[in-house]
Amino acid sequence: MFRYILKRLQALVISLIIASLVIFAAVEVVPGDPASFMLGINAQEDTIMALREQLGLNVSLWERYFTWVTGMVQGDFGTSYTYRTPVSDMIAERMVISLPLALYALTLSTLIAFPAGIIAATRRGSVADVSVMGVTQLGVAIPNFWFAMLMVVVFAINLGWFSAGGFPGWDAGFFAAMKALTLPAIALALPQASILARVMRSSLLDTLSEDYIRTARAKGLTRRQALWRHALRNALIPVLTIIGLQFAFLLAGGIIIEKVFFLPGLGQLIFQAITQRDLIVVESVVMLLVFAVILVNFAVDLAYGIADPRLRRART
Amino acid sequence: MTLLTIENLSMKIGAVEILHDVSMSVAPGEILGVIGESGSGKSMTAFSVMQLLPDAATCTGAITLASTDILAASESDLCTIRGNDVGMVFQEPMTALNPVKNIGDQVAETIRIHEPGVSKAEALARAREALDRCELPEDRFPLTRYPHEMSGGQRQRVVIAMAIARHPKLLIADEPTTALDVTTQAEILTLLKRLVTEDNMGLMMITHDLAVVSDMADHIVIMKDGEVVEEGPAATLYKDMQHPYTKALFEASSHQPDRNAPLKSPPLLQVKGLIRDYTLPREKLLKAPGKFRAVNDVSFEIRRGESLGLVGESGCGKSTLTRAILGLEAIQDGEIILDGAPLFTEGGVNPMARRKMQVVFQDPYGSFNPRWKVARLITEPFHLLDNPPTGLAFETAVDQALISVGLTPDDKHKYIHEFSGGQRQRIAIARALITRPDLIILDEAVSALDVSVRAQVLDLLAELSEKHGLTYLFISHDLSVVRTITDRVLVMKAGEIVEKGETESVFDTPQHPYTKALIAAAPRLPDDSPADIKETA
Amino acid sequence: MIRTLLQSRNFTLGLILILVFALAALISFVWTPYAIDGVDIPNKLRTPAWPYVLGTDQYGRDVLSMIMVGARVSIAVALVAVGIGMVIGVPLGLAAAAKKGSFWDEVIMRGNDLVFAFPSLVIAILITAIFGASAINAIIAIGIFNIPVFARITRGGALSLWERDYILTARVAGKTPTRISMEHILPNVMNLLIVQGTIQFSLGILAEAGLSFVGLGVQPPMPSWGRMLAESQTLIYSTPTLALFPGLAILFTVLGLNLMGDGLRDIFDPKVRKART
Repeated sequence: MFRYILKRLQALVISLIIASLVIFAAVEVVPGDPASFMLGINAQEDTIMALREQLGLNVSLWERYFTWVTGMVQGDFGTSYTYRTPVSDMIAERMVISLPLALYALTLSTLIAFPAGIIAATRRGSVADVSVMGVTQLGVAIPNFWFAMLMVVVFAINLGWFSAGGFPGWDAGFFAAMKALTLPAIALALPQASILARVMRSSLLDTLSEDYIRTARAKGLTRRQALWRHALRNALIPVLTIIGLQFAFLLAGGIIIEKVFFLPGLGQLIFQAITQRDLIVVESVVMLLVFAVILVNFAVDLAYGIADPRLRRART
Repeated sequence: MTLLTIENLSMKIGAVEILHDVSMSVAPGEILGVIGESGSGKSMTAFSVMQLLPDAATCTGAITLASTDILAASESDLCTIRGNDVGMVFQEPMTALNPVKNIGDQVAETIRIHEPGVSKAEALARAREALDRCELPEDRFPLTRYPHEMSGGQRQRVVIAMAIARHPKLLIADEPTTALDVTTQAEILTLLKRLVTEDNMGLMMITHDLAVVSDMADHIVIMKDGEVVEEGPAATLYKDMQHPYTKALFEASSHQPDRNAPLKSPPLLQVKGLIRDYTLPREKLLKAPGKFRAVNDVSFEIRRGESLGLVGESGCGKSTLTRAILGLEAIQDGEIILDGAPLFTEGGVNPMARRKMQVVFQDPYGSFNPRWKVARLITEPFHLLDNPPTGLAFETAVDQALISVGLTPDDKHKYIHEFSGGQRQRIAIARALITRPDLIILDEAVSALDVSVRAQVLDLLAELSEKHGLTYLFISHDLSVVRTITDRVLVMKAGEIVEKGETESVFDTPQHPYTKALIAAAPRLPDDSPADIKETA
Repeated sequence: MIRTLLQSRNFTLGLILILVFALAALISFVWTPYAIDGVDIPNKLRTPAWPYVLGTDQYGRDVLSMIMVGARVSIAVALVAVGIGMVIGVPLGLAAAAKKGSFWDEVIMRGNDLVFAFPSLVIAILITAIFGASAINAIIAIGIFNIPVFARITRGGALSLWERDYILTARVAGKTPTRISMEHILPNVMNLLIVQGTIQFSLGILAEAGLSFVGLGVQPPMPSWGRMLAESQTLIYSTPTLALFPGLAILFTVLGLNLMGDGLRDIFDPKVRKART
């Protein structure tokens, strides 16, 4: 197991290095001179020079890359050109909305998908199965931001159960904050839950037709016992992959949903930064999102190792 | 007193009748051999006893197990019976165990399901006992082992341990050794016999291989197309066969194609000091991968017109050797010379040498691109020729190849899924013949076929060899087949040739201990000659 | 073949939905009920009623006409993105499988993992920040994301095929890995690719809508379903129907593609087919 973790860790570090190179190249090399790009065509020569100085553009590319990376490792993401404040502070301020939103949605999605998928698989062909399949077919096809808008019309405008948008801040109390995140989280979670429920169902059906399920039944296990003791853990392996991928979608997809609910999260930050050509902020937020995805994939790999002893390869 | 009685059992899946009027019985301590080819309904009979049938299945008739009416029993009663009164062992040990649970938990589960009061520690202790009885000692196979850390034979022992953990009255074994090597097969059969005696357990042994049960079963039932066609005590059945199918099956099992011994002729294929190292999967992206020597210093030759057998168990390196001879994989040392020309030259595989040989593989289903028609399939080797025939010559070549393997020219317009397993192997032979090669490598070419079909294909091979002066390299794990069709034989173990010689003399007076073990392990049908029976005993 | 396809209820239903939108997109090239480039303030924000079947927006443009032209954009962007994914991903997958375990296989697969770490939205953000927003942007972002999807599925399917004996016989016949990949592997992974293609097509429609919704995709004056939804957001209190129809258009197109994909999978999957006969 230790060697397995080490190998995954190695892959994690390599991925991070390459990802940072790609992002650095895209933001700081492709546009030519970032300083003149950020200031636009009409900028004064001396303003550009000043910005170049501030951005540290007067040294070689490699030096700039290393400064950037070592800064990030120490939590220093540089200073926003537009706001003149440390990018790390700006990100931290937004993360307290975006991250809880993604986790909230992931929890909802898993809580909905697991029972739905298991019920559908165990009662294949029943009314429950047909309805789960029908609802999830719609759930997969619905654009989440449109679903979010429909929910605003129904639950905020017509019923008045929730506010149509905005965020009171965590200072307003845990429940008030969570309430503001509930509609966005549902909007994010439902399409993902549909996918997950379908994967759960088909994975479980595949597993239930495996030879070892027949072996278990020959030992005297009931269908239900065979399902819970033998099928579920094996069926979970492909489901884990999907959960990992979904976290990436939830975090990135959150950016779109934030726009529907006017939530001051990472999405708002990045769209402002794009309009204001604040490349340092764009670069940092993108790196952070990619880092989160890679980290989640690493966690999924570890979960694999726990779920499937074949992957540990302690002995061969 | 009988333990299990099946009376007039018929079973349908949907509207299709799978079993018709099947009757048989097993007494305590008795071994019943149920024999049939694929599709005979033998496994379905076993699953009917366990009532582990597809949902759409319906049974009529009667199955009585120690005075319990199985067909009338409720699902919860059946769960108490399964694993407790009846244990079952399956064909495919590689997939029969849950890959994410260790063997201790899986064996202990049989005990804990039926005795909920037993503590986990006690159940594990008894699982240990069951594994010990199945000859998986604690020092090498602790309870914490996972299935993927064990070989097929070892996994089958775990499955058996699970089945006998509660000392059931009846054990059903569905082709328990089909997926295993001969020596492993012999060990598993011995183990099953010992368990039957020790526990006075009834054993229902299902197999396609007459020889497997011939020296262990007390009673034999032969099935065909869902019906019992012949049954009787094992001792007399072989002498008193009545049903034509049984006779045919029996003949086919011991079938000996007509062949003439070849003349002394010059060597066609020479293999000298061949070494083949395998690269193990890369552990790290930039680290040099490890190596495994699959073929170690192998030398032999095949004379023109000869049929040479290569026997060995899985993992002995025979497949690797085959691939090397076919020029599919680079060799690390040694020489392969075909008709005087080296196979490997500076610029890669010598096309002149390559076009002198062809191959027939084992799997009649995986050997053909499902999207191609037969004409295109069998002419693929034309790629080797500088000027492949076109137009009328092409059509004639296809027709002739199909006719020569007993098919018709019309078959060339069909797709491969329209043919049976035996016909597919004929098409594979037609493909091998189309470029008129000198050497044909038969890699387990008849191993996947039912005995009766196998006999026909062996006859065809003998006939073709005679007609076209073909040379065969016949690779197989099945000693009886190798014995019938080859002139000389090589025995391979752990990448090396441990014995070589005339087939008859190697089989009659094996020299190497491994060859002796292989021959002793191979199941044999009782023969007319008393000397042979003694030899197998 | 066509008859077997139409026997699948899922496939037929999906095909009808897709044909409706594809036809609407095609017709929009030559005719739409109203012109969509002009502003017609007197007729703004009409509720759905003849002759404005689906109503009008805040500039008085006919919603039905905009949805027809929007279908063009959605389908084109998603289709080209699938094309990019296939044209680059499939050869990569074939090559990786042909050279299984080699350095290049490792590089291709690690590269795939890396691209998976960049959700298409993130790629779009990067491109927009540098080059500005455009439809091309959306195509590239979605297309890049499709590459590893196709590479992976091709490699997976190809790897199991490379184990088959008919590949060995082809090699015995002296054929090169490239030729074997083209003759034997590609035709036999085609079913997988077609099914995955419909799935990626539907995901592409969703992704394009999302990108346009946040302003990273198609730019004005070209109408697109995602941007129509974004514009309707400010009017959601007064005219909620404006938000209804573009959303339904997306929903039905994606649903149609998914149904087609399910139908195709049922038809291609021998396990399911066997169960039927």
